[in-house]
Amino acid sequence: MLETTSLRYAYPGQEVIAFPDLNFDKGQHGLILGQSGSGKTTLLHLLGGLLTPRQGAVTVNGVNISALPASRLDQFRGRNIGIIFQRAHFIGSLSVGENLILAQHLAGLKPDWDRVAELLGRLNLSHKIKSAPDQLSIGEQQRVAIARAIINHPSVILADEPTSALDDHNAMDVIHLLEEQAASVQATLLVVTHDSRLKNKFPLQIQL
Amino acid sequence: MSLLGLSLRNILHKPLRTTLSLILFALGVGLIALLFLINSQLQEKFDKNLASIDLVIGAKGSPLQLILNSMYHIDAPTGNIPIQEAQAFLRPGHPLIETAIPLSIGDSYRAHRIVGTQPEILELYEARLAEGKMWESPMEVVVGAAAAANLDLKLGDTFNSSHGLIQDDDLIHSDAPLFKVTGILEPSGAVLDQLILTATPSVWLVHDHEEADEDHDHAAETDLAAMMQKPLHEFTDQSITSILIRFKGRNFQALNMQRNINENTNLQAATPAIEINRLYAMLGVGADALRTLAMVIVLVSGLSIFISLYASLKDRKYELALMRVMGASPAKIIALILTEGILMAVLGYLLGTGLSHLSMEVLGSRMKDAYQYSFTGFAWVQEEAWLLAGAIAIGFVAAIIPAIQAGKTDISTTLSEG
Repeated sequence: MLETTSLRYAYPGQEVIAFPDLNFDKGQHGLILGQSGSGKTTLLHLLGGLLTPRQGAVTVNGVNISALPASRLDQFRGRNIGIIFQRAHFIGSLSVGENLILAQHLAGLKPDWDRVAELLGRLNLSHKIKSAPDQLSIGEQQRVAIARAIINHPSVILADEPTSALDDHNAMDVIHLLEEQAASVQATLLVVTHDSRLKNKFPLQIQL
Repeated sequence: MSLLGLSLRNILHKPLRTTLSLILFALGVGLIALLFLINSQLQEKFDKNLASIDLVIGAKGSPLQLILNSMYHIDAPTGNIPIQEAQAFLRPGHPLIETAIPLSIGDSYRAHRIVGTQPEILELYEARLAEGKMWESPMEVVVGAAAAANLDLKLGDTFNSSHGLIQDDDLIHSDAPLFKVTGILEPSGAVLDQLILTATPSVWLVHDHEEADEDHDHAAETDLAAMMQKPLHEFTDQSITSILIRFKGRNFQALNMQRNINENTNLQAATPAIEINRLYAMLGVGADALRTLAMVIVLVSGLSIFISLYASLKDRKYELALMRVMGASPAKIIALILTEGILMAVLGYLLGTGLSHLSMEVLGSRMKDAYQYSFTGFAWVQEEAWLLAGAIAIGFVAAIIPAIQAGKTDISTTLSEG
């Protein structure tokens, strides 16, 4: 499902970072732990096709995304990979609902307001569908980001420090929702973090 | 959520950032459009009123003034000419002249000019009566459509004229006989719309009456019928303002006639087409300066669209990277920024042309009295389509650099910074 082989990356003028080979099955949830500067975010960007590896390959759903041409890669990512960042960002000029519709549109899918309403309902955000994103609390924003990540039924969900900006209560809430929603679309969930609060939440852990 | 929809939302989301660009753009476009509108409508009116008049004869003075006064009813008369001197042109059977229409100008009724002339003036301007009939005796008038509407004149209405061409209560010929409306013209779009036409002797009656008030009885009125019968060129002791002349053909002799008149008589002859072209040339300098100014404003506003888009990229870097994460290609990002630039220009264009038509309508109602024409803000000119094309081009050019910049944004770096 999600597989990497001898993945290496180097930022200009810096040392080459080598990553351990990963192999996750469909629907599997895993945690990648590491201190700041250990290349966690780099790995996540490589997995999401936001960076092109210097060496090695990332395979999602049997497709070697490292070898995809740029335009195909953008589309593939939009359809198959949902990404959640440390702090949720949105298109500020659009409402919460429209941000989700945009995620469908940009992935080349038909806008489906029923799906948007259903997702927001599951995340207890039905009443925020017309709100501007910056009117939401950080916890709410992160929940909308989860909705956006899973709206297109991706096969892989990548989360980069999804809880580090949240308090304990919200962090547990978000991680719980993340697992639940990933399971609902049977996606492989990979959380990259240095947040020790999450350590005992995931049986499958990889240390960088 | 289409690209266009998203661009519009982005523009409206930060109204302050775009307002200045929009206002500048609207101002520039509006000024250019207004110049086009005024120019086209003035030119149309000027051309329409040429009415294939070949020559205007009047008192010596500025030829442009003679033309403006006699044909466009804008300026004051150059003076009067004794009929005795103009006899040759008024008498039927002149070998070169097809039509000669005498004009007596100097009185008005509530800012609409009363022109003493002959019924043939209708043929010259291809005007027709909408109701009533032509005058049959002095003091009967036929009113132009716009004048009738403005002054609320109907068949059978009567009024006193006033001396001079502007409304002045002190100058009303209150002792003179009343004018009576016998006919109203169909709208023609030409200058006749704004005029009150009457027989030439009416104007003399009004003035003779005042001069003769003390030492003369009113026996003159019995001669009214006789006055209408007598050909104009036989009133050797009277004067008129000018004569509109249409030649039988434009030949060498006809061209010579103007020089002859100017060199050998106390009269002046002027060619409308030449004078109007001179006027265009004079006005053109001012219009060109204004147009250049407007162009500069448009260019500056193009620059401000560029700056506003470029500055917005900094704030929106994360948003744009996010769109890439969600599946947008760099081409789509470029298209989005380009659309925003063009959309701003088009919005500015719409605002500007809207403004120009509105000011044309407001200005038109003021210019009406000065120019004796009605102007409208609801006429479109072809140049506005070119202006739209120009606006789109400027929007495109202003957005191209920010767009390419946005397309090149590195997603990974941007998101790591975010």
